[in-house]
Amino acid sequence: MLELLWLIPALPFTGAVFLTFANPRMNPGWAAVAGVTSIGLSALLAIAIAVSFISSPPPGNAFTQTLWTWISSGWFRPEVAFRLDPLSLVMVLVVTIVGFLIHLYSAEYMSGDEGYRRFFLYMNIFVGSMLTLVLADNLLLLYFGWEGVGVASYLLIGFWYGVPYNGYAARKAFIITRAGDTAFIIGIILLATTLGTLDIQEVMSRASAHWAGRGLAVIAASLLLAGALGKSAQLPLQTWLPDAMAGPTPVSALLHAATMVTAGVYLIARTHVLFELAPPVMGLVAAIGAATLIISAFSALVQTDIKRVLAYSTISQIGYMFLALGVGAWPAAIFHFMTHAFFKALLFLGAGAIIVAFKHERDIFSMGGARSAMPLAFWTFLAGAASLSAIPFATAGFYSKDLILSGAWSSGGYILWVAGTTGAFLTALYAFRVVFIVFFGERKAALARKPGMMISIPLVILALFSLAAGFVETPAFLGGVSLFTGFLQPVFSGPTRDAEDLLPLFITALVPVAGVLAAYFIYLKRSALAGRLAGSPVAQALRRLWLGGWGFDRLYDVLFVRPFLWLADKGRADILDLPFAAIAHLSVVINRALAITQSGRLRSYAAGLTIGAVLALFAVFLS
Amino acid sequence: MILALLIAIPIAFGVLAWYSDRINASLPRRLSFLAMAIDLGLIVLLWAGAVPQEGVWIAEFKVNWVPQLGISLHFAMDGLSLVFTALTAALGLASIVASWTEVKERPGFFHFNLLWALAGIMGTFLSMDLFVFYFFWELMLFPMYFMISVWGHRKRHYASVKFFIFTQAGGLLMLVSILALYFIHGSSTGDYSFDFTDLSRTELSPVVEVLLMLGFLAAFAVKLPILPLHTWLPDAHTEAPAAGSVILAGLLLKTGAYGFIRFMLPLFPGASSLFAPLALVLGAAAVIYGALLAFAQRDIKRLVAYTSVSHMGFVLIGIFAFNGLALNGALMLAVCHGFATGALFMVAGWLQERMDTREMRLMGGLWAAAPMMGAATLFFALASLGAPGLGNFVGEFLVLLGAFRAYEVVASFAATGLVLAAVYSLWIVQRVFHGPYERKAGIKDLNGRELSAMVVMAAIIIWLGVYPQPVLDQLGRMVLAEGNGQITAQSPEDDVFSDFRIEPGIKHPGLLEI
Repeated sequence: MLELLWLIPALPFTGAVFLTFANPRMNPGWAAVAGVTSIGLSALLAIAIAVSFISSPPPGNAFTQTLWTWISSGWFRPEVAFRLDPLSLVMVLVVTIVGFLIHLYSAEYMSGDEGYRRFFLYMNIFVGSMLTLVLADNLLLLYFGWEGVGVASYLLIGFWYGVPYNGYAARKAFIITRAGDTAFIIGIILLATTLGTLDIQEVMSRASAHWAGRGLAVIAASLLLAGALGKSAQLPLQTWLPDAMAGPTPVSALLHAATMVTAGVYLIARTHVLFELAPPVMGLVAAIGAATLIISAFSALVQTDIKRVLAYSTISQIGYMFLALGVGAWPAAIFHFMTHAFFKALLFLGAGAIIVAFKHERDIFSMGGARSAMPLAFWTFLAGAASLSAIPFATAGFYSKDLILSGAWSSGGYILWVAGTTGAFLTALYAFRVVFIVFFGERKAALARKPGMMISIPLVILALFSLAAGFVETPAFLGGVSLFTGFLQPVFSGPTRDAEDLLPLFITALVPVAGVLAAYFIYLKRSALAGRLAGSPVAQALRRLWLGGWGFDRLYDVLFVRPFLWLADKGRADILDLPFAAIAHLSVVINRALAITQSGRLRSYAAGLTIGAVLALFAVFLS
Repeated sequence: MILALLIAIPIAFGVLAWYSDRINASLPRRLSFLAMAIDLGLIVLLWAGAVPQEGVWIAEFKVNWVPQLGISLHFAMDGLSLVFTALTAALGLASIVASWTEVKERPGFFHFNLLWALAGIMGTFLSMDLFVFYFFWELMLFPMYFMISVWGHRKRHYASVKFFIFTQAGGLLMLVSILALYFIHGSSTGDYSFDFTDLSRTELSPVVEVLLMLGFLAAFAVKLPILPLHTWLPDAHTEAPAAGSVILAGLLLKTGAYGFIRFMLPLFPGASSLFAPLALVLGAAAVIYGALLAFAQRDIKRLVAYTSVSHMGFVLIGIFAFNGLALNGALMLAVCHGFATGALFMVAGWLQERMDTREMRLMGGLWAAAPMMGAATLFFALASLGAPGLGNFVGEFLVLLGAFRAYEVVASFAATGLVLAAVYSLWIVQRVFHGPYERKAGIKDLNGRELSAMVVMAAIIIWLGVYPQPVLDQLGRMVLAEGNGQITAQSPEDDVFSDFRIEPGIKHPGLLEI
């Protein structure tokens, strides 16, 4: 069974090849069939492989499959090889299953679009690349997947290419992440030249053998971190993600919520030994995570575009994962990745259904009262929002967020814990702000079409996952299940779960409820106090700041974009050509000057001859 | 014999093509295509090993030409020559397709020039006699000059004269160095010979070595080009007809890289190593500068031309890092750049043919009308920005990897060019194919001939990106002359590309050691 591992990424790519060469005039339904079945088969295969992996684990809890040597040049011999271990298995399962559900949803959502075939082509390239990324056994192949998802992301954000803004958003996403990627590739090169290999397991074992207490580990880990920050939209490279919402909504669900943006989290978890060798970088990861989760939660709080709320929410939730990574709670980060993939995909897909129902209206204040007209969308969205808010005991988000916060607490990072808890309050507040404004109150617009089966089924399945997926890992007083951490134990080799204090757990459980209550009073009951507070000039200024994402875009505009454009404008004519142009110009001038002497007047010639002769004579006498 | 044929076929077919347009205007391009197809077939035979190997060379050809002066027609092919002649034949075919319908005036003479330029390039990649090498070096120049000045675009006279003066000045300086080397070698040994093997044994004092190296450097630096001698390139590439642009970018620039590796480094190892630090800095500067200026351009062909300046910066770094990995990367990039940039020039040419403009401001939204053309451009733009899985990435990565160990700062600096490459590459796609579709008259999408050319070139780029080994193996069969004139072959199995680095003043670079 495990020998079929290579098929998991190969199937989506095969679908992509088919979609590339398929007759453009064929029935668009076939494009959906090709896209959905290729991912579906991949998901089924992943489940089968998972069953086989769990029932009879391979030696060392890892299975490696080498396909061919990619490049062989001297000592440098990276291979195209896949590695299946508990970590990559979790990733593969989430990517294929969520990917399949979103493909299914897209088959209905995108129907009638003139780029239907192109859409599935790009989506398949994306899934194939993402699977390569998580299965890669060496960093170069991982980088292949990494860039592949970047390219697919560019193509999908700018999918509706007719609108210049979409193209802008696509390029912004690609170029900002590429800045991180360039640091990443330098990091890869540093690892290759100093450790002599790019095989991830080998890199980690050699690094721990030679690098303990050396600065190289810090440099290498920082470079990898820079790559992760770009891909996962963390400070200071987070600015591309809100604009990435220009793409079709299923794209946002798959790429910018469930899978691609968590690649940075995966990278750090995959190379965690390297990060453990560099404690300052670990601290930085935690600090960035905490800062990101707070500031983007504030931004999410004031957005009016439903997709932008979710976009900022994604940045914020990945901040939680970074926080977990930074305090060494590796399984917690992966656990939150999994639950987040379910509930955020659900929220995006639900938002998509609502947006379509409201005739492509994305402003939440133009919606309202959708609860009775779209009960399925309402209940599933509610499940997603509850899970995002980490409502205690019944939602998956609660268990994963609790694991992160208890990890932060037990690592002694109380400031981090406070940041995470504050974020939890804000999360519940902004999540239920959307719920109350969109689904309650009076309806402000007529509803267009209602979602069909292919949209409804993924919503229901994801809603079930969003609620129930947390029971694989529960705190001690709720049964102490540790299936998830236990499964990942061979990869991270830490204790499965720290002993917990009950006090922080208690607070973690209460804070989201407080957030929901606050949202209830502010956005549904419209309490007078809240209205007066929001109307104050300070609040208005804050609102503007948060709405624009804390001014990062403007800062980068001044720091990078304008100087670059200025340079490009000034440099267009290529100043290095000036010396050559000057030589050419000079020869023309000399030519003209000499041409004047050729006047045809005998007198001038005679004068010239005489002067020349006299000068020559002088020269003879003087010498 | 087969090597002489590789050169003789385009020369003979060139003459045929010239006269054939009296019979039928479409005959010249068909004859040219046939000539390059035969050449490619022969090279494939050589690649596949169908011809028994002659000593260290895959194939060799040597007859005396002017024995009194020690000149012989000496052609030899090793892995390096094989890869570059294959590139020449393949891009030769591509260039003929690129201008299939573009040239309406005197098509016979056009294809004569095209084939003779290709013959000159082929000869440059095969010559082992410096006199003959110089002869072919010049042979590619004149037809190229005519192609630009006769069939070029609006500013063709300026561009062609500029191209001619730059390359000719470099070539003449190289001739001076060749003659000086010939006389120094002859007077010290009594054996007057232009043969590369003999000349590479010449004992030179350090000062003389530097002076002679400068002559070769001048020729190769203009061709590659090295900053700031690149300024002929944008003009020539832009004004040339599509076939000319493909040959210029895909092949002519590579003769500079080839010259460095085949002649300059082995002949003047010490002096070359003195130049190396400067070369690396200039290379990194070209990467950034070329990328910035590419983005700044409004003319699509000029934009693509500047991307060549940027990519050749990587090649320069790869050559002068004196490291096997970096060298392999530089050659790999040279090959892939030929296909990717060549393809972009082909698209640019077809756009100009259809829209009668190269101004990107007048384009936009063309995807709606020409999706296949858009997809092709997107693909080659991605190759050009170094997306993994495509050939250019393998080249750039190996260059950076090889250069990094000894020159971390230069390599890291050059790596930032990867971001800028994304900026300009995506800009082409945006400006031309994305955005609102405003033109009243639609443009025609790729026809079958054009599409097949694009598909083949894309397939090659993917092949080189996921399984570059066949080319790397050939490059591993490089035959290198050592300082004492001993010629030795490498076998692909030898781990020659371990890390090495040469110190200034050592007679021959480490990269020549087995």
